[in-house]
Amino acid sequence: MLAALTLFLVFQLAGEVLARALGLPVPGPVIGLAALFAVLALRGRVATEVRETANGLLSHLSLLFVPAGTGVLVHLDRIGAELVPIAVALVASTVLTIAATALTMRWLARYVREEAP
Amino acid sequence: MTPRLADVWVYLAATPLLWLTVTLVVYQGAYWLYRRAGFHPLANPVAISIGVLVVVLDVSGTPYAAYFDGAQFVHFLLGPATVALAIPLFAQLGKLRRAWLPVLGGLFVGSVTAIGSAVGIAWALGASPTTLVSLAPKSATTPIAMGVAEQLGGLPSLTAVLVVSTGIVGAVSAKYVLDALGIRDHAVRGFAVGVAAHGIGTARAFQVSEEAGAFAGLGMGLNGVATAALFPLLVWLLA
Repeated sequence: MLAALTLFLVFQLAGEVLARALGLPVPGPVIGLAALFAVLALRGRVATEVRETANGLLSHLSLLFVPAGTGVLVHLDRIGAELVPIAVALVASTVLTIAATALTMRWLARYVREEAP
Repeated sequence: MTPRLADVWVYLAATPLLWLTVTLVVYQGAYWLYRRAGFHPLANPVAISIGVLVVVLDVSGTPYAAYFDGAQFVHFLLGPATVALAIPLFAQLGKLRRAWLPVLGGLFVGSVTAIGSAVGIAWALGASPTTLVSLAPKSATTPIAMGVAEQLGGLPSLTAVLVVSTGIVGAVSAKYVLDALGIRDHAVRGFAVGVAAHGIGTARAFQVSEEAGAFAGLGMGLNGVATAALFPLLVWLLA
């Protein structure tokens, strides 16, 4: 578990360094994700320990958003004053995004299938 | 409080131990409820945890900054967890190779819809400019959304709250939206949830299936990159 956690931190750190050195607008962990994915794709397999640690970390991914979400405390006044635009935009836009993404993918998947011999 | 109890409180309030432990205990309780409810999307554990914590902090008169001193250890794990998404994604490599066109098309349409519809609707309903900029990157994962909002004059901490709220809305509503549209492919379902509702949607997708979770992780990662690239471009075009 320690080796796998170290591996994730090394890729995150490399991503952070790269993002800052090159002035990229993409956060370090996302670059780390892309780099680790590229390494795995080249290598063609994942060590069991790495897979188990990743599963452990990801099985409670939603816990990791709780501290940031609790920051709602600081913004209660603004959110209260603009509750209607914020709430309607959040809900409608999220539902529209799910629908638009899924429908585009289904449409393109059909197109790909028809193109295939 | 008796003097001794007050001393204990002063000690606890000054160390990260208390709020770190409370965060974990509250989340375990919320997760227990979620499991008891048969993983019903409405019993979202993030929403329940935040609700309970806000009440606890308010009643105990604890400022958010003092809470975050403890909770930051949990927050920090978002970074390595994001990197770890490479592993389930790698497991879907074969499927990804065949589906690259639908993935990229869905990403582009989804990302533009996420930013455009949020800003358009909030603007039409009279939201302030600061709120609009803070709201625009709401579908991207927290670190990306906060960075982008800050660059363009929003409030990063408000963005964090709106991002988490979006994740909860997405995790709660995705099943109903996708069922209504008759979308059955777990790769498509997962990807759409990941694009719209980042890590919280991804967490939800993993509870449904490994394939949905992996594609949600992909949607989250790609939409993070797309938001970082598209949002400044849209602002530049409109300004």
